Amino acid sequence: MANLSFWGGLVVFVYCYVPSCDLEAITSVLGCRDPWPMRSKPEAMSDLWSGLTQAFWLLVTLDADLVEISLRSLRVTLTALLIASAIALPFAAFLSVRRFRLRRITIAVLNALMGLPPVVVGLVVYVFLSRSGPFGVFGLLFTPTAMIIAQVIIIVPLIASIAHQSLRELWGDYHDLLISMNTTQFQRIQALLWDGRRALLTAALAGFGRAIGEVGAIMIVGGNIDHATRVLTTAIALETGKGEFALALALGFILIALAVTVNLLIHRLSHTESEGRW
Amino acid sequence: MQMFPLEAKQAVVRRQGKVLVGPIDLTLQGQGVTIVIGPNGAGKTTLLKMLHGIARMNAGSLTWACPKDEAQKRQGFVFQAPVMMRRTVIENIAYPLRLIGVTKAEARRRAQDWAERVGLGHTVKQQATMLSGGERQKLALARALIRNPDVLFLDEPCASLDGRATREIEEILTTAAADGTRLIMSTHNMGQAQRLADEVIFVLHGRIHEFTPASQFFAGAETKQGRAFLRGDIVE
Repeated sequence: MANLSFWGGLVVFVYCYVPSCDLEAITSVLGCRDPWPMRSKPEAMSDLWSGLTQAFWLLVTLDADLVEISLRSLRVTLTALLIASAIALPFAAFLSVRRFRLRRITIAVLNALMGLPPVVVGLVVYVFLSRSGPFGVFGLLFTPTAMIIAQVIIIVPLIASIAHQSLRELWGDYHDLLISMNTTQFQRIQALLWDGRRALLTAALAGFGRAIGEVGAIMIVGGNIDHATRVLTTAIALETGKGEFALALALGFILIALAVTVNLLIHRLSHTESEGRW
Repeated sequence: MQMFPLEAKQAVVRRQGKVLVGPIDLTLQGQGVTIVIGPNGAGKTTLLKMLHGIARMNAGSLTWACPKDEAQKRQGFVFQAPVMMRRTVIENIAYPLRLIGVTKAEARRRAQDWAERVGLGHTVKQQATMLSGGERQKLALARALIRNPDVLFLDEPCASLDGRATREIEEILTTAAADGTRLIMSTHNMGQAQRLADEVIFVLHGRIHEFTPASQFFAGAETKQGRAFLRGDIVE
């Protein structure tokens, strides 16, 4: 999936920015089709420029729809991130300090689940939450709660796996000291989570990045309903489908800005990269 | 309740099929400073870790005069490469007290007191990993001594320290021993062993070759290997 995104991005970049490039030649080399067969290069450039200016005006005028969609995106993603972190981080610490029979298999499965296809997660959550499903009685399908559930399932393995890598190293350093202090398992987990907090922040931010950019699963379980479950990514998908590339790009720029802002804010608040800190 | 004597009977530590220590029979009484000496790879560190309970035994037994859980709470260990927790100096020293439920304010007050006793009073707000080698070792000592352990194991605490830092560490150890803490310590430094030791354990190939009063050992070791080691010869 990441590979496809990369090549797709490369084609668009070269098409828009390299003078006198031949898109047909590029796409034939890559073995794919022109994504916008009817659009000329100046039109694509104009879409990009128009997207930038629209994004600027949407922000300056604090467009009501944009604010609503952005806030919903943030609310859904941050809630999912909090829940996922509360599950994944202690689990990663537990995996670091505790030796049990299925530990290696658990870690291998966790790593494998990092690549969980979001669409499949969305489908499974859909089945569970649909009227005829086991949790249909709660009426959660096509609500932000359903979107949060899907995002939690997608990002828990990612956060847990990255966190485990860091905590395993920290446990290697702390092992003898904490054993010699006669600590309980709970105290060891506490020490790892507290002292490894800055490394864990990276894991959480990776989860945030994955969740805020997620579209497949939340489109299925959220339904992209206006004023109810529409978020930035599903709105981008919708506008692209309608051919409103400029608006889609504007929303895309805002999504990127939002993700970067939240990352910077969290780094700033947690004093990472300060002297003598972790 | 009395912790000593500590008795090891036919104790063996084995890793990946290789015997690191043992079989060992040893009885330690509750006073003084015991120095463990021997060449590199002789098993000094493993012996200390085994006595402390960090290294799991594969055979034999180790018994304290009090119940094992009680004994574990009353011990401390200082490692050759001191482990600095990713916290400030004062938080590092206070950590053992926080583990046993001492309030944060009280733990910090006592940690501040210990920091000053070991000469780290001016560094308490620094991150522990920013300390020099000698300061790290002092922090490790303060952190181990803050719970007033009955017995303190030290694995070459002055290795790679200069003369001044070594003297400062020895002063802290001498004070701790005078306050009633039983010290069991490994070292490569014969001068240090002579200054501190009440009794000496000479270890070679994972076995105890000699366990004698320090004055007797340094006057003339009983075994051929012990005498060679004292002369500074290579002992294999």
